[in-house]
Amino acid sequence: MTTSNLTEELPAQRKGDDETPVLEVRDLHVEFKTREGIVRAVNGVNYSVKSGETLAVLGESGSGKSVTAQAIMGILDSPPGRVAKGEILFRGQDILKLDEEERRKLRGPKMAMIFQDALSALNPVFSVGNQLGEMFRVHQGMSKKDAKLKAIELMDRVKIPAAKARVNDYPHQFSGGMRQRIMIAMALALEPDLIIADEPTTALDVTVQAQVMDLLAELQKEYAMGLILITHDLGVVADVADKIAVMYAGRIVEQAPIHELYKRPAHPYTRGLLDSIPRLDQKGQELYAIKGLPPNLLKPPAGCAFNPRCPKAQDICRTDVPALVPVTERDGAELVGRASACHFWKEQIHG
Amino acid sequence: MAELSKTDEAVDAPAEATEEKAIAAFEAPVERGEPILQVRNLVKHFPLTKGVLFKRQVGAVKAVDGVSFDLYQGETLGIVGESGCGKSTVAKLLMLLETATAGEVLYKGQDITKLSGRALKAVRRNIQMVFQDPYTSLNPRMTVGDIIGEPFEIHPEVAPKGDRRRKVQELLDVVGLNPEYINRYPHQFSGGQRQRIGIARGLALNPEIIICDEPVSALDVSVQAQVINLMEKLQDEFNLSYIFIAHDLSIVRHISDRVGVMYLGKMAEIGTDAQIYDHPTHPYTQALLSAVPVPDPEVRENRERIILTGDVPSPANPPSGCRFRTRCWKAEDRCATEEPLLAIPTRFKGQDTPAAHVSACHFAEEKTVLAV
Repeated sequence: MTTSNLTEELPAQRKGDDETPVLEVRDLHVEFKTREGIVRAVNGVNYSVKSGETLAVLGESGSGKSVTAQAIMGILDSPPGRVAKGEILFRGQDILKLDEEERRKLRGPKMAMIFQDALSALNPVFSVGNQLGEMFRVHQGMSKKDAKLKAIELMDRVKIPAAKARVNDYPHQFSGGMRQRIMIAMALALEPDLIIADEPTTALDVTVQAQVMDLLAELQKEYAMGLILITHDLGVVADVADKIAVMYAGRIVEQAPIHELYKRPAHPYTRGLLDSIPRLDQKGQELYAIKGLPPNLLKPPAGCAFNPRCPKAQDICRTDVPALVPVTERDGAELVGRASACHFWKEQIHG
Repeated sequence: MAELSKTDEAVDAPAEATEEKAIAAFEAPVERGEPILQVRNLVKHFPLTKGVLFKRQVGAVKAVDGVSFDLYQGETLGIVGESGCGKSTVAKLLMLLETATAGEVLYKGQDITKLSGRALKAVRRNIQMVFQDPYTSLNPRMTVGDIIGEPFEIHPEVAPKGDRRRKVQELLDVVGLNPEYINRYPHQFSGGQRQRIGIARGLALNPEIIICDEPVSALDVSVQAQVINLMEKLQDEFNLSYIFIAHDLSIVRHISDRVGVMYLGKMAEIGTDAQIYDHPTHPYTQALLSAVPVPDPEVRENRERIILTGDVPSPANPPSGCRFRTRCWKAEDRCATEEPLLAIPTRFKGQDTPAAHVSACHFAEEKTVLAV
């Protein structure tokens, strides 16, 4: 047993890039052509991650959080999906303008992704050693033998016991937590600058989840990587994130540093999510529930997408889409990194 | 107790008379706060076989290995534990979907594990289930009306044929769906709505006990609260007893009166929600609670977490003695040889402290872990 503390201090930033973020997404639009019409899954998303920083993207299924990640990685199913508009800047360079071969060279050495379901993300007919070694064989032209040694080293790195004996095992021979470690090892193989983790622990038990999140935080600190953590779990976010972007119906509805968001949400959706967590003093009472259902993106509601479920909706919410505007203190003082897409953010945050 | 003596008399009587008696016992109401379901040393071993034609048994997966607990009328008993600890197998055993290898499930004092025929049918009417995945637990080729009305085909005495449509619409209304949706198909509904359909089906026969196996884990966060609220409302309205199996500890705490913690086919600790969450004495419970991420960034800096090493051992070959010893930081030689019994720890015996509840550990002691 080990006891640990996830956030002792912020990891040291890699030299020379204090200012430029590793990744910056600007006004990203992604749409899918379907038989029923065009689904606008992502509608103007902006966010950025610096080295050593953890950005949590929070949202329900269908909010566009995974599609944004796929667009960044360049693994969007297209057709039917396509990036309609926007820029994705990786260290200042718009990667959407690169051709497929250049994108491919980025995936692995520069950015990598950890998927939710490790069993379906790993190939069942190749041993894990083979799949881990593939990163080195393909990107660095390493020989099979050297790649296997590297694979063992990586498995040790993510604390898989008896790595040497297990390197030739197949994915089904590992438990869920171990498989997720292999996914992490694969993402880390070439020490990328950015890791996108899409619900990395959703399929795991809490005790294993704690192990995996711990490992991820430790490795992130060691390599000073930028991490985008996609999740719907407000608990996991509170544990590891530095800042947070809340998505709803393909847009960011609120952005804030982690402590600020839990203390004073500036959007009714965030408020609703926080209120629907069961709390000790509410035992026996009705839980707060956001009424209604997430919108159908084929026919998004006019105005603010959250208006049919919002307890504070006014006429303006049904007609005008609120822009993501900076949130300030009551006296107008700037709140760094905070923004809200609500017509009534002032009322929401200042009461 | 009256029912218990009835069974004793019936031992020699012809099978039919036993059946009648059992059915009569099932119809008797149970007072609030009395045990409605008593599980005693329930065991389920799945055989591991070798060979194709002449299957030899080479071992067994001990999915459930001696579990005992009571469910009181009108309460919610939460069961938590990691995947593979046997909680879903317990649900299946209680539903009589699997035959128990050994042990008893006493429903209103009658053992139901060996029932058949009419008596079995009568029990099944009173114990219903809500499943985890609302996408696969509803037949995609049946309308909502057919799905919710199907229990009436099997138990026609609950609703006469002409009355069924009205009954189904009533049920839809009860679970908060539009009664006009009766002719729609499951794919036309969202996850939360589908789970409501599953709950309506569970309610159709006016059962006394509903076993909910991870009823909200497949739902979106904003929808989970709606379904939990619905389940609490229905419990009050229909006087239901719930067995609520889940891995989300904060939801279990919210809905449960008592909580049982399972590990590798055994109960590690049972107590009221406050006893388990605020005064856990079993190291596994403590580790489990401390691992839950707390939705408050303020606490992360000064929070001690117990991170267990390794995975749950295979139930086909569980560790000797205490099953948790391989991952426990307190384990000593005694733990490997002597199996701890589920009892009030001796050090707390006779004391009026919340720590005095049953816990299967030789070295049970209180430890403050941040509660969810």
